[in-house]
Amino acid sequence: MDAILLQVLNGLDKGAAYALIALGLTLIFGTLGVVNFAHGALFMLGAFCAVTINRALTLEKVALSETQTTAWGTPLEIRTPYAQEWFGDFGLTIIDYSVPLSILIAIPFMLLVGIAMERGLVRFFYKRPHAEQILVTFGLAIVLQEIVKAIYGANPIQQDAPSIVQGAADIGALFGDPGALVYPWWRIVYLIFSGVVIAAVFAFLQFTTFGMVVRAGMADRETVGLLGINIDRRFTIVFGIAAVVAGLAGVMYTPILPPDYHIGMDFLVLSFVVVVVGGMGSLPGAVAAGFLLGVLQSFASMTAVRDILSKVGIVGLDQIIIYLVAIVVLLVRPRGLMGRKGVME
Amino acid sequence: MMKFFSQSSEKGDLVLIALFAVAVFTMPIWLAPFGANYPDLMQRFAIFGIFATGFNILFGLTGYLSFGHAAFLGVGSYTAVWTFKLLGMNPIPAVIASVVVAGVFALVIGFISLRRSGIYFSILTLAFAQMCYNLAYSVLTPITNGETGLRVLHEDPRIFDDKTVETTGPLISQIFGYQMQGMTGFYFCGILLVITVFIAMRIFRSPFGMMLKAVKTNQNRLNYTGVNTRPYTLAAFVISGMYAGLAGALMCIIDPLAGAERMQWTASGEVVLMTILGGVGTIIGPIIGAGLIKYFENIFSAFNDQTLANIYSFLPDGLSEVLVSVTSLFVGEGWHLSLGILFMLIVIFLPGGVTEGLSRIGKLIARRTGKAQKNENEGGRRSSPMPGE
Amino acid sequence: MGILEVRDVNKNFGGLKALNNVNLDVEEGSVHAIIGPNGAGKSTLLNCFVGRLDPDTGTVMFNGKSLLGLKPHEINQTGVVRVFQTPEIFTDLSLLENVMIPAFARRDGAFKLNPFRDVEREGEVRDKAMNILEEVGLQEDRNKIASSMSRGDKRRLELAMCLVQDPVLLLLDEPTAGMSRADTNATIDLLKRIGERGITKIVIEHDMHVVFSLADRISVLAQGTVIAEDVPANIKGNPKVQEAYLGGAHL
Repeated sequence: MDAILLQVLNGLDKGAAYALIALGLTLIFGTLGVVNFAHGALFMLGAFCAVTINRALTLEKVALSETQTTAWGTPLEIRTPYAQEWFGDFGLTIIDYSVPLSILIAIPFMLLVGIAMERGLVRFFYKRPHAEQILVTFGLAIVLQEIVKAIYGANPIQQDAPSIVQGAADIGALFGDPGALVYPWWRIVYLIFSGVVIAAVFAFLQFTTFGMVVRAGMADRETVGLLGINIDRRFTIVFGIAAVVAGLAGVMYTPILPPDYHIGMDFLVLSFVVVVVGGMGSLPGAVAAGFLLGVLQSFASMTAVRDILSKVGIVGLDQIIIYLVAIVVLLVRPRGLMGRKGVME
Repeated sequence: MMKFFSQSSEKGDLVLIALFAVAVFTMPIWLAPFGANYPDLMQRFAIFGIFATGFNILFGLTGYLSFGHAAFLGVGSYTAVWTFKLLGMNPIPAVIASVVVAGVFALVIGFISLRRSGIYFSILTLAFAQMCYNLAYSVLTPITNGETGLRVLHEDPRIFDDKTVETTGPLISQIFGYQMQGMTGFYFCGILLVITVFIAMRIFRSPFGMMLKAVKTNQNRLNYTGVNTRPYTLAAFVISGMYAGLAGALMCIIDPLAGAERMQWTASGEVVLMTILGGVGTIIGPIIGAGLIKYFENIFSAFNDQTLANIYSFLPDGLSEVLVSVTSLFVGEGWHLSLGILFMLIVIFLPGGVTEGLSRIGKLIARRTGKAQKNENEGGRRSSPMPGE
Repeated sequence: MGILEVRDVNKNFGGLKALNNVNLDVEEGSVHAIIGPNGAGKSTLLNCFVGRLDPDTGTVMFNGKSLLGLKPHEINQTGVVRVFQTPEIFTDLSLLENVMIPAFARRDGAFKLNPFRDVEREGEVRDKAMNILEEVGLQEDRNKIASSMSRGDKRRLELAMCLVQDPVLLLLDEPTAGMSRADTNATIDLLKRIGERGITKIVIEHDMHVVFSLADRISVLAQGTVIAEDVPANIKGNPKVQEAYLGGAHL
């Protein structure tokens, strides 16, 4: 029982990342009708926001020690981050919290990136065939990830969660069974965080006039355009929001998985599958499918499940479960779990 | 030249294919000024030419954009190595087996994926390819040898090989004593390139090919015209999968090693780029595209900071250092960055590819010299939307 | 007994009754017009004949065989061919190719794998396509790309694409909508000439001039119900029809 609960929790944090990326993908698709293959790159950019902030905060002042020497007899270098130098212990706290603090920078940065992307490239492709949209955004994704690779190298860069949420929560203890169910604190933070982001996006679309227009535009773009509402400018902002959501998902994911330059692509393929399973253009579908597939994947990789499966001759299901589910869903329910009629048929 | 390739009669086709064959087999001569006349590179031209030609039969004619064609390339490679392992180093069984097995894979994947069209089709093929890739790396390790890659070993059965005359050196594919390496390897690939291009040409000119073009333009009308489009698209998918399988087999005939990275979706993206760069829906376009990309990959990757510094050495120190560090972003390891930029530029400015660009230039010159002829049909055909929209 | 028999066809869209117990008999070789105000269910009815929609209840028999449950391409293969309201053509291909494709479809059936035949050698199909193009007056434009043609020419092209299939029953969905008077008259002449081949036709039309110059019989549809069916002369004076057109809220 505990093992199952643990797998559900394990799946949820990955599912949360899928859901956040898929949410932006489907939002862009629903409003702008554009298939954005560069969306994974936005996730990656977010992750590298965190890396950059961390690097900036930990820039070190190098001083030569007057008393201590190294084994070779040269003076020992004393490295102190400028943050500590200037702010003392408070500076160290800032460094400790670099990942969550990155959010503050990532929001405006990702918004700008998103808007720039839409204004500078994507808007020229609204009327072009989907194949060309796919290809140009695919090219953009390659460019973005290669730039990141040129700056940060090809190796994953470990980021630490704030020390207060490092380690694992003994959830089992809550139920009077200490040690039975241990779950890293940061993943709990991530889950709550993504819940908040998803709720914020939905609330924004549900309760603001802006959101209302966007939803109307998703349902029937032409009519809304005919009403004299400047739908294009709103859609630019929608693109920005989608970029922010993907970016934040990336920022917060860094302590779970050290980011490298192709982390975005890895997530993108799965997020596309999530979008398709959820139903193209359906926001609740994207979220539900994200969590669902995350948990499914987690279950398929459970040792117990694998043992049972291998007894009946099925091996490696954990590697392909998501794709299998996607294929089955597409064949049985071509519009996805919550897809609307008439979208991309 | 483009004009010839886009419209011609049957007899003209034979002339064209003969010209093409001459062009292929004289590559060692006319590529010499470009410094691209060494076998290894020319083999790649031919192999990727086949791959892109096959991809074009699907994408160029029907408009279905597959993002998973690398899977068939990988399947072809693994099959080829396995035929080597079991039957011996003769390339002919490897080619046949790879084409057949890749065709069977394409039949299964196509049967499922083609139930959907447009973006759904692209994502389905992508999902299938990723699935194959993941499986090759994990569970199927007994067949694929996982990360190490699959190679032929001396102790493999190779039942038709004469083991008495063997040395301990690396095993090389050979037929009638000709080793599939160097120029022999290139000519082997070249012959197959000419044959496959000829087949593609026939398909383009046949009623079957006409139906495929009709699928791209208006699938709905085709249904109401009494045509069942599914078998047509499936046939195109299987044929192009077989082409990919053949390309995969050739890779292993040249170098008997198959790895899963061949199936990665960036490889699928590369063949899309080749086709687009050259010109979707034209016969010669994808081959030009494949050639250009492999050529520039070769040149760009060869640069390093040292060679760059030599190039800029005539400039003042500071300036040359800046230029070296900027340029090095785009060459050597940074080749993919150039590729990505090229990708975007082509899609943005020249969705019809190089062939369209050439025909535009041709028209421009014709207009300048006042010899403009009315010719509505050629060139300028934008790649049209994916079907089912 | 007609070549097309429609019996008690009903179709609901949600709560809306689009077709209400529709009965129709089309005589072989005749021109049968279906008229009615907007939203009367004319297009819905036509869609039920070609497999785009399936009626909730009722039967559609063509030449004694049911058309229901068949896929669009299967229905076409029985000889029922449809001309669309907005021309459905192969915009990227030449006019000649546009007409050759349906000719191949008629000759080769729903699917034929013949990748090694040359289109150039298909003289018979080509000649047939050329003849039809000549008949509709497009032979000189045969090498032009279809998307470059005017709307009127596109409609004529689509008609040619349907005629080349030697249809038994031709369904025309507002063949003159949006045309100038001159184009309309030309189309009427063309359709009359086709009439001489004995193709049965069902015409949906708004333009009364067209209807009365072509039709042998007219069915009037209003709110999903056939309110009258008769020869043109009698339809003109039918009070129910006048009410549906003039008195009803549908004008």
